[in-house]
Amino acid sequence: MTSNELLALRDVVAGYTRPVVGPVSLAVSPGQILGLGGHNGAGKSTILRSITGMACLFSGTIQRADGVTIAHQWQRPELPPELALLGRELYALLGADPAWAPTIIRPLLGRPLYRLSGGQFQLLQTLACLCSPAQLVLMDEPTNNLDGRALETLSALLQELKAPRAVVLVSHERAFLEAHCTDWIEVGP
Amino acid sequence: MNDWLLFDPLFRIPFLVGLLLAAGLSLVGTLLRLRNEWLAALGLAQIAAAGGMVAAFLHGPAWVGAFGTAGIAMVVRSTLPKVGNNHYAIMIILGWSATLLLGAFMDHGRVIGESLLLGQLYFTRRPHLIGAAIWLVLALACFPWLASRALTARFFPDYHAANRQRVWPYRLVLALMTVMAAVFGTISIGAFPSFALLFVPSWVGFVLVDGWARSVVVSVLIGVVAYMIAFVVALLLDLPFGPVCTACLVMTGALRWCTALRRRRGEWAGEEPPTVSV
Repeated sequence: MTSNELLALRDVVAGYTRPVVGPVSLAVSPGQILGLGGHNGAGKSTILRSITGMACLFSGTIQRADGVTIAHQWQRPELPPELALLGRELYALLGADPAWAPTIIRPLLGRPLYRLSGGQFQLLQTLACLCSPAQLVLMDEPTNNLDGRALETLSALLQELKAPRAVVLVSHERAFLEAHCTDWIEVGP
Repeated sequence: MNDWLLFDPLFRIPFLVGLLLAAGLSLVGTLLRLRNEWLAALGLAQIAAAGGMVAAFLHGPAWVGAFGTAGIAMVVRSTLPKVGNNHYAIMIILGWSATLLLGAFMDHGRVIGESLLLGQLYFTRRPHLIGAAIWLVLALACFPWLASRALTARFFPDYHAANRQRVWPYRLVLALMTVMAAVFGTISIGAFPSFALLFVPSWVGFVLVDGWARSVVVSVLIGVVAYMIAFVVALLLDLPFGPVCTACLVMTGALRWCTALRRRRGEWAGEEPPTVSV
């Protein structure tokens, strides 16, 4: 790992009770948006989870820069049916400031979560991660359930991203990866 | 005259013990509901009751046995890779059977067993009051930190691990608060009324108002008001406190129904869709 990198994976084989992906090597530098493509079940989400410690590392190494902070947007966030948390309370959990929230989600900030649709909840979670102070944002299929306007907002935020922040973006939509990522790799089992 | 009993100095300490426990149990209950671990509260309360019975069997103080067994249960639970409702169900039936079986070997076992399961609030004394007060102060002091960690973990489950933040202090403090809730509740007001105070207020409060802070405050208010009504009703009608308290709490469930109805009417009026199930 070079001094300029936020994260480096070397020959990582990761999984749960058994390996499901790898060996994978990648490095993420400040300002970079690194895409991970591949078919369903290829193990893209498992790579993100191995970075956060939720998946087992069977072999290889994961190195990260000292003090790097991480936010991880999950692919299928669970919407609790009876938890009266307001949108702004969820948005602020990782340190994002609701006062500077993108226009598209401002109407959602005053609503309780149970009044959000699946797409609105997904958008709120995604932007909570992307607008948080975390240096490295791991995004897992952030385009799922989003309509055109939400996708435009997401695209704009990704284009505004600058060093020292970086993104690892998992998506099975090749066009989205090509449009937004500075580099991308294909993941296979 | 039963109404004079309300002002009898004999009942002041029991009333205050119950009041502190009602507030504290309702507060801790919001964290357990947030973590979807509310069934753990009944499991721990039953295990604590069994511990109290073990202590009585050995002629020791009930609270020592209750703390011991509840603590052991939490340690065993922390060693399991994945804990779910199956484990809590085993704790419930194990605690219940151990309490009653041990009681069968003791002269006054049945009475002690019933007091641990159903409550003995009127027999609480100054040590109970001091213990409940200390626990409530600790719970109130830790709550903002515990709630912040629990909320983050609920929506971003790997945030703390990803940022190499130590999780064990949070888990330890939450486990201690839960064990203390189960033990103080069980030896003062009984296993089932304690569980009712841990479970019902947040079950109702979380659907009545919007916003985390408001739903926590409303949950605590529901627990405290239901407790006070139960205390007065039980004394005036000369009924056992535990079942009256549990019944009063269950009746607050009607507020869920009212909320569901109000939201359904809102939907007919073109507002946002309701998602409350009664």
